[in-house]
Amino acid sequence: MSNTNAQTKSVVWDWLTTVDHKKIGIMYLVAGAFFFALGGFEAILMRIQLMFPEATFLPAQTFNELLTMHGTTMIFLAAMPILFGLMNYIVPLQIGARDVAFPFLNSLGFWLFLFGGILLNLSWFFGGAPDAGWTAYVPLSSEYSGTGIDYYVLGLQISGAGTLIGGINFLVTIINMRAPGMSMMRMPLFTWSTFVASTLILFAFPALTIGLLLLMLERIFGATYFAVASGGNVVIWQHLFWIFGHPEVYILILPAFGIFSEIIATFSKKRLFGYSAMVFATLLIGFLGFMVWAHHMFTVGMGPIANSIFAVATMAIAVPTGIKIFNWLFTMWGGRIQFTTANLFALGFIPSFVMGGVTGIMLATSAANYQFHDTYFVVAHFHYVIIGGVVLGIFGGAFYWWPRMFGYRLNETLGKIFFWMFLFGFHLTFFVQHFLGLMGMPRRVASYLPGQGLDEMNLISTIGAFLMGVAFIIFVVNIFVSMKNKETSGDPWDGRTLEWTIPSPTPEYNFAQTPLVRDVDALWYEKYEGEGSMKAAEPLGDIHMPNGSILPVIISLGLFIASFGFIYHDDGWTWVAIVGLVITFGSMFVRSIKEDHGYHIPVDEIKKGGK
Amino acid sequence: MRYLWRLLPLAFILLMAGCGKQNLSALDPQGPVAAAQFDLIKLSLTIMIIVIVVVFAIYLFVIIRFRERPGDTHIPKQVHGNKALEVVWTVIPIILLLFLAVPNVMQTFTLAEVEDTEDSVRIVVTAHQFWWEFEYPEYDVVAGQDMYIPTNTRINIELEASDVIHSFWVPALAGKQDNVPGITNEMWLEAPEEGVYQGRCTELCGEGHWLMDFQVIAVDPDTFETWAQNMATTDDDVEEETTVAVEGREVFEQNCISCHAVGGEGGNMGPNLTNFGEREVVAGFLEYNDENIADFIRYPQEKKPGSLMQAFPQITDEEMDALIDYLDSLKVLD
Repeated sequence: MSNTNAQTKSVVWDWLTTVDHKKIGIMYLVAGAFFFALGGFEAILMRIQLMFPEATFLPAQTFNELLTMHGTTMIFLAAMPILFGLMNYIVPLQIGARDVAFPFLNSLGFWLFLFGGILLNLSWFFGGAPDAGWTAYVPLSSEYSGTGIDYYVLGLQISGAGTLIGGINFLVTIINMRAPGMSMMRMPLFTWSTFVASTLILFAFPALTIGLLLLMLERIFGATYFAVASGGNVVIWQHLFWIFGHPEVYILILPAFGIFSEIIATFSKKRLFGYSAMVFATLLIGFLGFMVWAHHMFTVGMGPIANSIFAVATMAIAVPTGIKIFNWLFTMWGGRIQFTTANLFALGFIPSFVMGGVTGIMLATSAANYQFHDTYFVVAHFHYVIIGGVVLGIFGGAFYWWPRMFGYRLNETLGKIFFWMFLFGFHLTFFVQHFLGLMGMPRRVASYLPGQGLDEMNLISTIGAFLMGVAFIIFVVNIFVSMKNKETSGDPWDGRTLEWTIPSPTPEYNFAQTPLVRDVDALWYEKYEGEGSMKAAEPLGDIHMPNGSILPVIISLGLFIASFGFIYHDDGWTWVAIVGLVITFGSMFVRSIKEDHGYHIPVDEIKKGGK
Repeated sequence: MRYLWRLLPLAFILLMAGCGKQNLSALDPQGPVAAAQFDLIKLSLTIMIIVIVVVFAIYLFVIIRFRERPGDTHIPKQVHGNKALEVVWTVIPIILLLFLAVPNVMQTFTLAEVEDTEDSVRIVVTAHQFWWEFEYPEYDVVAGQDMYIPTNTRINIELEASDVIHSFWVPALAGKQDNVPGITNEMWLEAPEEGVYQGRCTELCGEGHWLMDFQVIAVDPDTFETWAQNMATTDDDVEEETTVAVEGREVFEQNCISCHAVGGEGGNMGPNLTNFGEREVVAGFLEYNDENIADFIRYPQEKKPGSLMQAFPQITDEEMDALIDYLDSLKVLD
């Protein structure tokens, strides 16, 4: 308890108003995990429907809504927020900072994401979920769909604003708040990949924002950007969507690469092989990621010149990705590899992701893509990179940082059962889908006819999906079963980086004294080359902390309310939109005029090591 | 043993080839376009299998050789990296990719060459929610659902859409191109062998997307000419063989003709039915029999969700029998 600005808060109020990057990180993780479970449930429903030909478990319309919501939820509401949670918690610790650069904005970013996600999912209860795929191609999504798409447009716009805010916040934090001695080329790879991913967010999300804005104006206010009859063009939407959408893939995978770099180095007990090559490869992937969007559109009729250029550019991405794979392998080479659950995920990732990568090159072959495109081959490919890369990265990161974040270790036995079942289920589900696609099964089909040789593989795929579902339940059980194994050491894995230099549980102010960084693996260097613990870069003193605020919740709530006004403005709900916007802009005004200097944690309390 | 390794990609491809239903699978190409694409698939897969074998071999060696043994507590040497190795694994993939990129660019341009020649046949394919329309401008013919083509002839295809984006895919003959509203795309294909090839829509287009199938029927050029001539002949001389069929024609004219054309008469909201009696399937996917035809006419949405066809539950059994007789009689090839 601070005595300079003592506030006794209830637990709920504390979490609603917190601007602490660690609590916000945990909220991202919890919300993301909820949406991950929801998206997974949607996937299971679809796999049940596809288990047998001509099944009638789900009507086609519901199936289209499920496939749309599964994709949208997994990308925007599960994968990104979970990664944001890890970034939020870990990056400030890895760079020796006490918080992110803009704690208030950090909170705002989270609440915008959460309210956007809730808005999107409420569509299920108000006239049906969006049904045009997560890509929402016009004109299916503009002139041929119901209000579900309005929820999609506004929900993603709100949560997208949160993501953009979060991305900018990470950029500023990483540029400005590194501890003394931590040059850019001494940053841990997870921080590097967060930096590059945030840059991608900064440049990619505006394209989505514009696309969604045009679609909103068209759907809600009768504009005609995409209406062919009025001179509109439907392909523009695809360009805007993929100028965002392709970098989005790297926004997801680069942080996962960062996580694996940390895990593999830690559990091989070796410095990352080719650190600068790894950094360079990350930057190059990020840069090339913006040059390849049209490979999602080879069949839309761009002509052979554009198709060839985008095909070759896409193939080029394989080179830096290959550099990373080989550097990981050579990090392990000569090391002492420990098979902890976290490392199992990293080891499972390498072959799985390579398989997703090679099908990526096959898809980049434009002339052959005419066969692959929009079939189950594509479904198999992107699940191999997203589950085999991002999801395995998330779980690996969870097992690795769990003691840091929650003060206890996850059970290793349950963890390993979970890993093997999940990995086996994943390959069972998606490997066969490569063949389904080439044998003539398009993606996004609500069912398929018997007698086309597709039955057995679909059944196998569904069995795999169930295994993944059961495995996830084991993971959830593990979280609760392990709670009693309190971790007292701040450095349970013989870690290499700054997040392992502080006591467990993590103090509110992170570092009593800002550490002095003398090598890439700052902690490892001090442990094995220095005196065993971090040198301090400053004397002990009072620590300045920001005050919490409820305003981020209210700002986000205002936009949430306003959205209903926009969606139902034809039914005379315009006033709701006005009320919502007044709430939002009013709170922003209050925030602007209210002076808030934060508070100090006195040095005595820091000496005691308490909160 | 070394030679066996080289055969591995080949074995895998052989395993893959011939998968699936013959007139549907992209792995069993039945025409030059699909064959060229399958060659590229095989080439890319071969290169990729080489990559996979190399990576997996290093991977397995590393995790077995450098695993932690019980009691081992040594601290490994903290290696920084190796410039020569970085160059090796940068340059080799670039070379491998060139082997794929060059043939791909050549193929991409070849597949985009759509030019009319004396022998070529042009077809305008218009996709609708959830059916296909095939127009033959050189013959002044419009057909629905079944795309007749002459064998060994270059078919130049123009792709259009009347509502949302669809995608035209006949895996055994050629990869897909999109039907985009407001834009005309082009592609070509050829079928050396007579046969019925399965086609389908591959772009999510609404509720009935998964049932938006069609058939490409390749016949010898002479038969095709006959077909086209008979389709074009406007048709008061479609002869109904029975009196029942004559009654059926009346039912058709009362209920169906505003949307479905037969010969040159009738609307174009639904598929042209001039050669309905020769269909193998109803609505693109149902087995052609009286029951399916009757059910589809009475409750089209139950058979094909999202179908825009009006339901006709009021048609009596008697009228339906007559109507089906009439529809059966709609043939242009004898």
